[in-house]
Amino acid sequence: MADTLPVLAQPLIAGDKSLARVTEDVCRPMERRPGALWWLAFLAAASLLAVGVAASGYQIATGIGTWGLNNTVGWAFDITNFVFWIGIGHAGTLISAILFLLRQRWRTSVNRSAEAMTLFAVICAGIFPVIHMGRPWLAYWIFPYPNFRGPLWINFRSPLAWDAFAISTYFIISLTFWYIGLIPDLATARDRWKPGLRRKLFEIFSLGWDGSYRTWHRYEMVYLLLAGLATPLVVSVHTIVSWDFATSVIPGWHATIFPPYFVAGAIFSGMAMVLTLVIVARKVMNLEDYITVRHIETMSKLVIATSGMVALAYATEFFTAQYSGNHYEQFAFLNRALGPFAWAYWIMTACNVAVPQLLWFRKIRANVAVVFLISILVNVGMWFERFVIIVTSLHRDYLPSNWANYRPTNIEIATLAGSFGLFFTLFLLFCRFLPVIAIGEVKGVLSYGRSHAPGSDRKVAA
Amino acid sequence: MSRRLLVAVFQHEDDILGVTRAAREAGLKIVDVYAPFAVHGMDRAMGLRPSRLSRVCLIAGATGAILKLWFEIWTAAIDWPVNVGGKPWNSLPAFVPITFEVMVLFAGLATVAAFFLVSRLNPFRRVALAAPGVTNDRFALVVEQTDAGFNAPWVRGLMERFHAVHVEERVEEAKR
Repeated sequence: MADTLPVLAQPLIAGDKSLARVTEDVCRPMERRPGALWWLAFLAAASLLAVGVAASGYQIATGIGTWGLNNTVGWAFDITNFVFWIGIGHAGTLISAILFLLRQRWRTSVNRSAEAMTLFAVICAGIFPVIHMGRPWLAYWIFPYPNFRGPLWINFRSPLAWDAFAISTYFIISLTFWYIGLIPDLATARDRWKPGLRRKLFEIFSLGWDGSYRTWHRYEMVYLLLAGLATPLVVSVHTIVSWDFATSVIPGWHATIFPPYFVAGAIFSGMAMVLTLVIVARKVMNLEDYITVRHIETMSKLVIATSGMVALAYATEFFTAQYSGNHYEQFAFLNRALGPFAWAYWIMTACNVAVPQLLWFRKIRANVAVVFLISILVNVGMWFERFVIIVTSLHRDYLPSNWANYRPTNIEIATLAGSFGLFFTLFLLFCRFLPVIAIGEVKGVLSYGRSHAPGSDRKVAA
Repeated sequence: MSRRLLVAVFQHEDDILGVTRAAREAGLKIVDVYAPFAVHGMDRAMGLRPSRLSRVCLIAGATGAILKLWFEIWTAAIDWPVNVGGKPWNSLPAFVPITFEVMVLFAGLATVAAFFLVSRLNPFRRVALAAPGVTNDRFALVVEQTDAGFNAPWVRGLMERFHAVHVEERVEEAKR
C-alpha cells in the first residue's frame, strides 16, 4: 500500500493505535496518581498563585495607588497583562474553530488543551480590568441592568463597554465549545471508571451520552455552527481590544492598522503558548505518539507566518508614522526605538521578528527543545510588544512638560506572577482530571491517509 | 408498545459503514447506530437528513441582534439620552460591536440548548449502553424486527458477512 501510494499524507497519529488503545492512553494519566513531576509543577504554580492572591488582596484593600502609575502614564502594567492574556487565548480558538473550518485534521491532537488554554487565559485576563476598577465588587456596573440610578444606562459608544461584552461573550462561547467537545469523552471516561464520586461527576456532566449516531449527527452540526460563530468572534475580540487604544487620539495608538495588527499578534503569541504547553504535556504525560514532531512543526510554521504579519505591522506603522508628516506621530515612533524604553522595543523586535526566523529551518523545527525555547522567547517578546505600545505612547505625548517615566511596583510584578500561577494551576488541574486529548476526534483521524483503519487486518484483530 | 430489536456489534469502522448501508438498502428499519466517534459518511449510510439546528442558530442570532440593537437605541436615544463628546443620540456605527457580540452569544447558546433538547441530553439521564464498549472501541447497529417480512436468519447472515462479533435479540419495553 505504502509503495503504490507514496503521495499519501503520513498518518497523524504515530504507532498504529487501535481504538481501545487511544482510550487507554488518554485516560490512564487521569486514573493514576500524579507523579512527582506533576506535584512539583503544581506546588510551584500554586505558590505563584498565592503570591498573586496576596498582592491582589493588598491592592484591592489599599487602592490602586500601590501601582507605579502617574498622571501621564495612566495605563501601563495592568492593561499590558490584560492584552497579553487575551492574546494568548486566541490561538486556542484558532485551533478549535478556524482550523476546523479549514479541515486541518491535525488539530485533533491539540485542540482540547488549546481550548482549555483559551479559557484559562481569558480568566487571567479578566482579573486585571476588574482589579483596575478599584472597587471590584461594583464590577457588574459595566453591564446594563435596571438600576436605581435613573435607570442610567451604560455608554454603548465606549470601547471599554464593547470590551466587556466581547470578553464575556468570548468566554461563554469558548466554554460552551470546549464543553460540547468534552461530552463524548466524558462518556468514554464514565464507562470505564470504577464507581465513586468521580464516576458520579462524569455521569452528570456527560449528560447521558450513549454514542447514538443520531446524536453524533446533530453534534457535528452544532460543532460546525459553533466553529462558524467562534471564528468571527475571535477576530472581533482582539479587534475590540485594539479599539481601546485606536479610538483615542494618542500618537502611537490612533492607527487604523491596529485591529489586524493585534489579531495577528494575538494568534502569534497564543500559538507560541500552545507550543510551550504541549511540548511539556506530551513529555510529562507520555503523549508523544499523539502530539508528534509533525504537529510541532506545523504549529512552528504558523508561528513563522504570524511573526511575518507582526513584523509587517511593525514596519508599516513605523513607516506610516514617519511618512505622515505629523510631528507627534513621528516622535512617538522614534521615541519608541531610541528613547528611554528603547530596551523594551528592541527586546520586542528581537523576540518577535528575529528569533522566529530560525523556524524556517526544518532541523530547528524538529528539535523540540529549541522550539520550546523559541516559544518562550516569543511570549516574552509579545508581552513587551504590549508594554511598548502602551507605555511608550503615553509617557511622552503632546506636552513635554507632561512627560514622565514609569516603573512598575513590586505589587504589579507580583500580580503578573500571580496570573501565571493561576494559569498554570488551572492547566495542571485540567491535565489531571480531564482527557487532555479529544479522544473521540482522534479516533476519527486514525485512518487518515490510509485506506483502512489500523488493525483492519482482520486476522490480527480476530 | 414494546418492540423487538436486533443488536449487532462490530469492531471496525468499514464494517459498520458497510452493514448500515446494506441494511438500509435491504429495507430494514434502522433504529440507531452507536459509535465511539463520528464515523465519516455514516449520515449518508443511515440516510439521515441534514440537521435543522442551523435554523435555530440563524433565528436566535437574528433575534439577539435585533433585540440588542433596539435596546441600545432605546437606552441611548430614548430612555436617558446622554451627550458623549457631541456624538448623535443614535450612534449606530458605535452600536455595531455589541450587537455583534450579543448575536453570537444568542446564536451559540440557543443552538446548544436546542441540541440538548432534541437529543434529550441532560444531567439526570442515565443510559444503558446498546452494547458494552460503544463509547470505547465497538460499534453497534440496532435494527427493528418489524413483523411483516422480517427474515431473521437472512439478517443475521448479513450481519455476519460484515464480521459482526456479536448478534443479539432484545425486546425493548415501551418508552414512558
